[in-house]
Amino acid sequence: MSTTGTVTIDDINEGFADLHKPYNKSQALLEASRCTYCYDAPCIKACPTGIDIPTFIHQIRTQNVKGAAKTILSENIMGGTCARACPTEILCERACVRHHDQGKPVEIGLLQRYAVDYLMESTDEHPFVRAPETGKTIAVVGAGPAGLSCAHRAALLGHKVTVFEAKPKPGGLNEYGLAAYKMVDDFAQKEVAFLLGIGGIEIIYEQYLGKNLNLEQLRTDYDAVFLGIGLGLCNQLKLEGEDLKGVFDAIDFIEELRQTTDKSTMTIGQDVVVIGGGNTAIDAAIQAKRLGAKRVTLAYRRGEDNMTATEWEIDLARKNGVDVRLWLSPIELTGDTHVNSISFEQTSIESGRLVGTGERIQITTDMVLKAVGQKIDASVLSDVLIEQGKIKINDKYQTSIPGVYAGGDCIDTGEDLTVQSVEDGKRAAHAMGHTLFGIDFKEL
Amino acid sequence: MSKLACNIAGIDSINPFWLASAPPTDKYINVVRAFEAGWGGVVWKTLGIDPPVINMSSRYGVHHDRARNVIGINNIELITDRPLETNLREIEQIRKEWPDRVIIGSMMAPLDEKTWKELAIKIANSGVHGIELNLGCPHGMCERGMGSAIGQVPELIEQTTRWVKEVVDIPVFTKLTPNITDILVAAEAALKGGADAVSLINTVNSIASVDLDLMAPTPTVDGKGTHGGYCGSAVKPIALHMVGEIARNPDTRNLQISAIGGIETWRDAAEFIALGASGVQVCTAAMLYGFRIVDDMIAGLENFLDEKGYASLSAFQGKAIPNVVNWNELNINFDTKAFINEDLCIECGRCFIACEDTSHQAITMQENTSGGRDFVVVDDECVGCNLCKHVCPVPDCIDMRPVENGLPVLTWPEHPKNPQRIDAVSLESSLVETGENND
Repeated sequence: MSTTGTVTIDDINEGFADLHKPYNKSQALLEASRCTYCYDAPCIKACPTGIDIPTFIHQIRTQNVKGAAKTILSENIMGGTCARACPTEILCERACVRHHDQGKPVEIGLLQRYAVDYLMESTDEHPFVRAPETGKTIAVVGAGPAGLSCAHRAALLGHKVTVFEAKPKPGGLNEYGLAAYKMVDDFAQKEVAFLLGIGGIEIIYEQYLGKNLNLEQLRTDYDAVFLGIGLGLCNQLKLEGEDLKGVFDAIDFIEELRQTTDKSTMTIGQDVVVIGGGNTAIDAAIQAKRLGAKRVTLAYRRGEDNMTATEWEIDLARKNGVDVRLWLSPIELTGDTHVNSISFEQTSIESGRLVGTGERIQITTDMVLKAVGQKIDASVLSDVLIEQGKIKINDKYQTSIPGVYAGGDCIDTGEDLTVQSVEDGKRAAHAMGHTLFGIDFKEL
Repeated sequence: MSKLACNIAGIDSINPFWLASAPPTDKYINVVRAFEAGWGGVVWKTLGIDPPVINMSSRYGVHHDRARNVIGINNIELITDRPLETNLREIEQIRKEWPDRVIIGSMMAPLDEKTWKELAIKIANSGVHGIELNLGCPHGMCERGMGSAIGQVPELIEQTTRWVKEVVDIPVFTKLTPNITDILVAAEAALKGGADAVSLINTVNSIASVDLDLMAPTPTVDGKGTHGGYCGSAVKPIALHMVGEIARNPDTRNLQISAIGGIETWRDAAEFIALGASGVQVCTAAMLYGFRIVDDMIAGLENFLDEKGYASLSAFQGKAIPNVVNWNELNINFDTKAFINEDLCIECGRCFIACEDTSHQAITMQENTSGGRDFVVVDDECVGCNLCKHVCPVPDCIDMRPVENGLPVLTWPEHPKNPQRIDAVSLESSLVETGENND
């Protein structure tokens, strides 16, 4: 293990600069001109938050950029983060009709960023006006995308919201989990500050559900509760040697990276092995490489088609020099006190099932990052019903406990994506307003 | 000799591409650069009597499309602001240096016979091939009784044309303003005055935009603006119409036409020639892109001639004129329907919403089994308006297909439902008698 032996500070600064440079006005107008302003557009349907994409791009074209931002934010108050972090290649941009005649979609993500950044940089004024106070109070547990989205929409509707956050900072995975080069210049914090501009939201930090925070008490003290607690626990390999030094959860590695201002002080291995096939694995692998690891191997136990990371992300990893190795299932980590090697068994599919072939390979390593998924910490949820590893909700986002709602990665509404969490939070706020208070959401 | 060699009002030109009288033709250096680039001729920036005019600072306004392409420019510049002698000596010089290129002297003067004649003689003596009368400038000069102030009065068009024809023996081009109600009246006046050719159109009265911070028209001169002359590709349809009207009118069809108005490409030029123009004049396109654009105009027009098998410009000059008719001469039995090519369709829905909201609800939109959308024309509802074809972002995706309906050619004057139809005179007169014919 060393601190960034093979790269210079300049390399690190470059490696953690913006992954996609933002558009300037000229680029934005040119790209906007590629949008056909589809009627009943497929990109809208492909966006979990249902942003009216053709309208906001049209507004960029007419140079009503603030209007464009408002169109975006009215459906997705975290449009800024989503513009940076959404896998647009499997969402809006995949649905873009320009694939058919021009072979490439309109770069909706970059246009969205252009509009939202323009608004956030040009005014401190919040774009929406809060409804008159309803006198209703809502407790939100978790200041991640789902919790903050719910808080914003509930505040907008006139409710008074208190957010309880376990960490010392708000933003959830936007702050602690997304790759650093997707969220430069402290954007997660800027976005939270912007979101709080609606008023009526208070955040209290270092409040742990199940420790210094009690769900029953929240139910007593507030008119409704929203759980946006994410997935608190990391899946483990359950292998020999997993407790050796140099073996980490990728989530913790990324969190440390995100919270370290001077990234050249980070400790990084020379031979890093990342285990997993999702975007967290990809993010960890690329960032390890950019921190100066000599070799980074990403090992996944199935084929590329099974990886939950998008094709674009996998390609990005390869472009960054990550050796992506498939059909490898970890079986053992070895070393005295510090890991120095990891063994895998080759796998294949037989009769539709994943099986080991018996063939083994060994990879020398001094740092192993585990990214094999996360799961809900059920121990903190007392009586809330869990089903297949997620909080069970009905079609109104209500859990098994009356008055308790949930959204984000802790429920099962599809992909565990920021954009889905924002939608969950928004819908839950509408649902509790309707069911509990008889207050219906009207258009912004 | 190039296939593009032509004769315009008796003047031989190596190609039909002249630069119009405007800022690009104001000085020796500009004109030499134009000839080096390959332009066949120039109409020198309008000459007037001394003392020269004084121009404003801030002169052009612009109309952009949303991708920042320039659709049109308007300008408030006046005629040349250099002494007459300076201009004439430069014309003489270039005539010697570029013997195969055409120089036309554009002129305007206050409405006085002696002044017009003396100025015309001086210009002719510089060796120009012809004289163009600027009766169209719609800003500034018209407030002094020149330009469009003359061009909007048919008697004055005739008179000034005659004055010049009486004192020079070179071709005279009368340049017409579009800021009138009927271009034929102006063209007939020029003809009566003895014009060899008409040049049209001059610029269109316009305000390019309003600066919403200054609350003033653009271009803004110290907080105020004035209407200017609009030009560029946006005015091409207006110019085509006016050229076509003169070319197909029996009284004016023998006038030579030097066409002006939004010509940017070889295709634009070919369209004007097809409507009867002998040559074309270009200004805005050169101002936007430089003189080099003539390269493609020449090459593109030559390719067009080759592809169509035309030996020269005259082979297709005026070929579209017989097909420009009055509405009353169109075949009302003609039926055409939109056809959407599924293979090219990108499923944007633009045709659907245009037809559904603003036309005839003749396109259906349906989810298909592969998760996409099918757009299909309902022939019974389609009136053949072309709107869907025009809004479609994909070239050639929608085409219009004439229907073989077996019906004879029928015009409105012959149509059974026309109360004034040719064979319904008795019906018409009966309507008049009973007072029912209110139109």
